Amino acid sequence: MTAAVESYEVTGRKSKILSRSQIRKARISGVALFLMAAVIMLVLVPAVSGVSTFGISTVTDFIQLSPISVPSAGSLWILAGVLAFLGASQFMRGFQAKTTIFLGMGFGVFVLAMMVWASAGQQFSLVSMLVATVARSTPIALGALSGILCERSGVVNIGIEGMLLGGAFTGVVMGSILGGWIGLIAATMTGGILALLLAVLSVNFRVDQIIIGVVINILVLGLTSFLTSQLLIKNPGLNDAPIFPAIKIPVLGDIPIIGPMFFNQTVIVYGMFLLVGLTTFFLFRTRWGLRTRSVGENPKAADSLGISVAKVRYLSVIYGGMVGGFAGAWFTLGTVGRFDEGMTGGRGFIGLAAMIFGGWNPIGAFLASLVFGFSDSLQQKFAVLDTPIPTEFLAMAPYLVTIIVVAGLVGRARPPAADGQPFEKQ
Amino acid sequence: MSEQTPSTPGPSAPDASPPVITEESLKQNRGFLQQLTTSVNWRAGILIPFLSVVTALLIGLVIIVLSGTPLSEALEAYGALLQGSVGSIKAISETLTAATPLILVGLSVAIAFRAGLFNIGGEGQMAIGGMFAVFVGFSFTGLPLIIHLPLAIVAGLIGGAIWGFVPGVLKAKTGAHEVIVTIMLNYIAILLVGYLLKSSLFQREGRSDPVSRTIEDSAAMPQLLDWINPSMRIHFGLIIALLAAVFIHWLLFRTTTGFEFRAVGANPAAARYAGMSVARVYVMVMVIAGALAGLAGGGQVLGVLERVTPGFTAGVGFDGIAVALLGRSNPAGVVAAAVLFGGLRAGGQQMQVSTDVGLDIISVIQALIIIFVAAPALISWIYRLKTPMAATQISKGWAS
Repeated sequence: MTAAVESYEVTGRKSKILSRSQIRKARISGVALFLMAAVIMLVLVPAVSGVSTFGISTVTDFIQLSPISVPSAGSLWILAGVLAFLGASQFMRGFQAKTTIFLGMGFGVFVLAMMVWASAGQQFSLVSMLVATVARSTPIALGALSGILCERSGVVNIGIEGMLLGGAFTGVVMGSILGGWIGLIAATMTGGILALLLAVLSVNFRVDQIIIGVVINILVLGLTSFLTSQLLIKNPGLNDAPIFPAIKIPVLGDIPIIGPMFFNQTVIVYGMFLLVGLTTFFLFRTRWGLRTRSVGENPKAADSLGISVAKVRYLSVIYGGMVGGFAGAWFTLGTVGRFDEGMTGGRGFIGLAAMIFGGWNPIGAFLASLVFGFSDSLQQKFAVLDTPIPTEFLAMAPYLVTIIVVAGLVGRARPPAADGQPFEKQ
Repeated sequence: MSEQTPSTPGPSAPDASPPVITEESLKQNRGFLQQLTTSVNWRAGILIPFLSVVTALLIGLVIIVLSGTPLSEALEAYGALLQGSVGSIKAISETLTAATPLILVGLSVAIAFRAGLFNIGGEGQMAIGGMFAVFVGFSFTGLPLIIHLPLAIVAGLIGGAIWGFVPGVLKAKTGAHEVIVTIMLNYIAILLVGYLLKSSLFQREGRSDPVSRTIEDSAAMPQLLDWINPSMRIHFGLIIALLAAVFIHWLLFRTTTGFEFRAVGANPAAARYAGMSVARVYVMVMVIAGALAGLAGGGQVLGVLERVTPGFTAGVGFDGIAVALLGRSNPAGVVAAAVLFGGLRAGGQQMQVSTDVGLDIISVIQALIIIFVAAPALISWIYRLKTPMAATQISKGWAS
């Protein structure tokens, strides 16, 4: 790594001399691309016949587009060829700094090949999968946003999962009694209260932040399961909240493909877009954001400039918790209208991975959560289509993607420098 | 070896007099690890945990009453809790049966804590260990107990070790935070168990629901007290768990390897500077932690359940975190904490059967216990104790 960088500095143009670790990385990714091509040629191609049909509009769309049909075997050969070409170029000389990008592209091509294979002889509704991608990435993006708000101020929040689950629970209970909007507010407040616990214990009592996060998760899982068995099962009326309907934005909602994806969703999805935008603006364009980031990077320096580290951390953590509670409402008020024990299924942790993948940046985290939302909705679609892959293995996909992301196999991001460290005023 | 033994004596070493802890030294030694490596003083080791448990039980009572149960019934539930945990020899046997896997998972979390790692993967490691153990347990026939049982136990150990190796090696090689990786591996293990239990390799003949074949008698843990009453479920796994506690104590406080573990936990940078391989320690610790949790899963299968069903781990992997924290990551403390939590678990079963109060309140009480144990200052503040204790600090953020 260092060798290549140095020669770049000396000659002033891009170096062809690769260090040993770069060559190794290029070789490994080349082999990975070759393997994917081989899987397509040897496993997928013999299993397909006929044409694969992709539906690109829904019945309610204003502009109807006819589905696209491609010959299954032929397109698989082409995709395998593309992968083999990428693999060969990578193996011979490598794309140097762009290795990760080409590996990602190769993986995208492989996923496309899987889709062609799965839909051979059937119709695959591409647009409904893309709509589901945006919907399913919503709690992940909001969870990541919750993490970003906390961690930019230097407090690690492993308790997002608990905040989601708590928000989902109070959302459904209050929503059943007083209507969806009150439920949404109650969910947001629940997240804020749980975050207050995190703030008090981490800022005032300087308890290990990861332990508190884990405790919040165990506490909320136990509490919601207990209350489900004590309250909800005896009073089914409390577990029957109205679901927010999808609201179609005029004109924009009629655009093919993009319209149903982004402009015909529930208020929670729109809230996610709004929060991603607002958080980006506040973090990087306002004085509050500058203070928050300085506390997360160097609390001592911030303190010496007269910024109250404790106050900034309290506020950031509580805002973050409220976003987490709001995200929890998606599980009940945004989809099914009822609560089930442990229904968040690790989305809070996947949100953390999205936060890391997105480099502690709201926009990046949103794009990363689209990757998770895609793998989530793809496995749902594959489970419906008649594929020989067991559903359990498909359901593992988001968790495996999370491990790959946190292992930094798609590039390393730098966390805020004071992340996870309690601050003690001298 | 005696030269490399750390200067601070092991907490329960019989010949070592505990060093004097003054208010001054406590202030200097802020931080969990220093506290742990010094000694058990009665306030940190006994009074605070005791008050934590009492406070958590009181808050649990308030939650039961708030959820709409009359106070008299709530008190009755607590009576059943006590009755079910220590009320009879049968209840004590149930408590110790429930404590057996908790000791092992508690040790698993504790040894990771000592090296500055947080193993939340007990649940998945137990599940995989259980699958390995049950496979050996039912697929070999005609072996004598003396060969078959150890084989099945070792299989469980290896299964867990594999599931601990993955986060260990990812942490060592790429810096991936073990908390997220172990949690993801929990979900993957649950799905994998669900798949395997429906495959022809594991599923019992003639069944359509996910349930494994039953282990051979030659792979079952011998019962310890069935000569008193055949319904006593306490089994040989308890002795294995206690031996494991002794082994971990020896490993941590009497060997060079253990010293390296603790050095890396206290300060990885200093340990690296001193010539220790931090990466190797991370992998080793996670493999040992996984092996202990796998042993717990195997013990459950071979000693109590005799087969695997989905969710057979029953949250023991998470309770292990509470056990390790309450036991201050000290093998002797872990055993004591595991017996307490085993009592809560066994009593909770009784509570659920004889009253209307659900078992899930036990996990709420356990979470509250962890909060109070991790933040001793909270307990000191509530009960107006003189010296506020230092807070628990084991992790060092994402970047470490």
